[in-house]
Amino acid sequence: MTARTLYDKLWDAHVVHHYDDGSALIYIDRHLVHEVTSPQAFESLKLAGRRPWRVDANLAVFDHNVPTDDQTVIHDPISRLQLETLERNVGEWRIPNFRIRDPRNGIVHVVGPEQGASLPGMTIVCGDSHTSTNGALGALAFGIGTSEVEHALATQCLVLRKAKNMLVRVGGRLGPGVTAKDLILAIIGRIGTAGGTGHTIEYGGEAIRALSIEERMTICNMAIEAGARAGLVAVDDKTIDYVRGRPFAPAGELWDRAVAIWRDLHSDPEAHFDRIVDIDAGTLPPQVTWGTSPEMVVGVGDRVPDPAAEADPIRAEGMRHALRYMDLKPGTPITGIAVDKVFIGSCTNSRLSDLHAAAAVIRGRHVAATIKQALVVPGSGLVKQQAEGEGLDRVFKDAGFEWREPGCSMCLGMNPDRLAPGERCASTSNRNFEGRQGPGGRTHLVSPAMAAAAALAGHFVDVRRY
Amino acid sequence: MEPFTILDGLVVPLDRPNVDTDAIIPKQFLRSIQRAGFGPYLFDEWRYLDRGEWGQDCSQRPLNTDFILNQARYRGAGILLARENFGCGSSREHAPWALTDYGIRCVMAPSFADIFFSNCCKNGLLPVRLPADVIDRLFREVIATPGYRLVVDLAAQTVTTPAGERITFEFDAGLKDRLLHGLDDIGITLQHAEAIRAYEARRSTEVPWLFSITVSAD
Repeated sequence: MTARTLYDKLWDAHVVHHYDDGSALIYIDRHLVHEVTSPQAFESLKLAGRRPWRVDANLAVFDHNVPTDDQTVIHDPISRLQLETLERNVGEWRIPNFRIRDPRNGIVHVVGPEQGASLPGMTIVCGDSHTSTNGALGALAFGIGTSEVEHALATQCLVLRKAKNMLVRVGGRLGPGVTAKDLILAIIGRIGTAGGTGHTIEYGGEAIRALSIEERMTICNMAIEAGARAGLVAVDDKTIDYVRGRPFAPAGELWDRAVAIWRDLHSDPEAHFDRIVDIDAGTLPPQVTWGTSPEMVVGVGDRVPDPAAEADPIRAEGMRHALRYMDLKPGTPITGIAVDKVFIGSCTNSRLSDLHAAAAVIRGRHVAATIKQALVVPGSGLVKQQAEGEGLDRVFKDAGFEWREPGCSMCLGMNPDRLAPGERCASTSNRNFEGRQGPGGRTHLVSPAMAAAAALAGHFVDVRRY
Repeated sequence: MEPFTILDGLVVPLDRPNVDTDAIIPKQFLRSIQRAGFGPYLFDEWRYLDRGEWGQDCSQRPLNTDFILNQARYRGAGILLARENFGCGSSREHAPWALTDYGIRCVMAPSFADIFFSNCCKNGLLPVRLPADVIDRLFREVIATPGYRLVVDLAAQTVTTPAGERITFEFDAGLKDRLLHGLDDIGITLQHAEAIRAYEARRSTEVPWLFSITVSAD
């Protein structure tokens, strides 16, 4: 048998039908649903007189719109209607779901793995581009639009054309104070936001093997920011240990059978990749984005780059536009940039290990007087409970952070958590697009440790020396 | 879905790389549970000087007159000329909904983000990939020529310039068929219902933990 990549294996196992034009009908094992991208799909499904193909393959959560201060009442009537619409749809079709204030509810890509609803070897889709997060478990997981949400609901399949294989091979080990977030930002900086377009990215190499599953989720989460719909990491002992005992995971004899199959979820040694990118983790400093695209990123010891030094005129104009929006001048040291707000949360960095990393920096210290707001938003009710069990809520609150209820929050500001025009934020989220965290808001993407350090200093600092 | 066959459209040039779907339709409009009515909010943060809200009457809002869509010569445009990696970021299908509701039926760019490309094809919005140098030339021609129109023929896979030059483009055969005929994807897939059931039957013995509470379809 020819050598196959992990992506090849996952793809092959899910082909229901090959079309003559080269596309394939791919079976979907898990469909994660949230309130924003599903209402129009449920409506169309009903209008067409159709019904969900396999109800138990779905799991719904409420995350994008939910307030994070008080979840007992949704003040915004438009958000409330959207949340109520999902409640009605999951009720009508009896789709498994976690309601607001159920501790199992939270950000969809935190909940899936946490519950074992996302498992190795699965195909996992969701009407959300950060579904790639789930690929950290050795699953083929990717974001879809609302038409595909309806298609997945109605048929348990999607019509897809296979992507190319790309390997991002990370050698060496991340240094102290340098995290998975810094690594993925550096990868995006290297290959660009379109570098993975048309590809599925597998992350491999010594540095990836050394990462925890939660750290691998951070890396896979931002595959889409490198242009790839899906990011993957091969299954190893850490994956198996992570999944064991989770509510939706198999148990007993089925567990043993599952593990035997999951052990094969890695690329064969001779497998062909269409593109291989090598990155050395050992020399990497903490990263900070300076612009309005995740590829606009430099090391914390660097300066804001100068568009005049960019040879490509279109890119140079893009840089000038970004600098105007960000109100930054070329040559400014990154550590000279003061921030107004700090956000620790999002599907990229809101798991327990992220909160540990931030808490380790701030323990016993206090946010700078110039910081208007510092938010910690745990990824799920269970993450929040565990953190509180360890006393992390006190650490954050004593330092001047607000300790919030779970949700997507200021990553995209669909709920009331957002930046005011002109405000600058050190954020652990995934997108620094114009207006992403609020119209006119300025986002700098960083790791939880770097965000925590910026909160204490009032400006970016190298967390390794802080 | 409305079929896409031939479009003779006025071209509006949006000269920025990496235009993301947050820019195409900002987050506050994603709270809507409707599929229509997003056109007035297309590029909301670039198009208006105030902050837009879903349901708001946009006719009285202060316009950003510098933004290309607000220039009189591009009013009624049906084709958006764009730069590399158009539609990156969020998977929101509200982006093609906003474009089509505004009247855009075709976007031309050197490259598109994968999810956006897929979403376009499900909404009768044709994403045409052309080489960067061709796009660059079209930008120059559009800007230099008021009333510049292009004719896009999906069946022939051609773009015809006002000078009569025919530029061919590549397009996936399966997607082309679906777009040309406005086909119902789900209906086509359900023709394979037997294959899906057979797959499920096989997999539920091979990997039964994925089918622990199987609720089969009718």
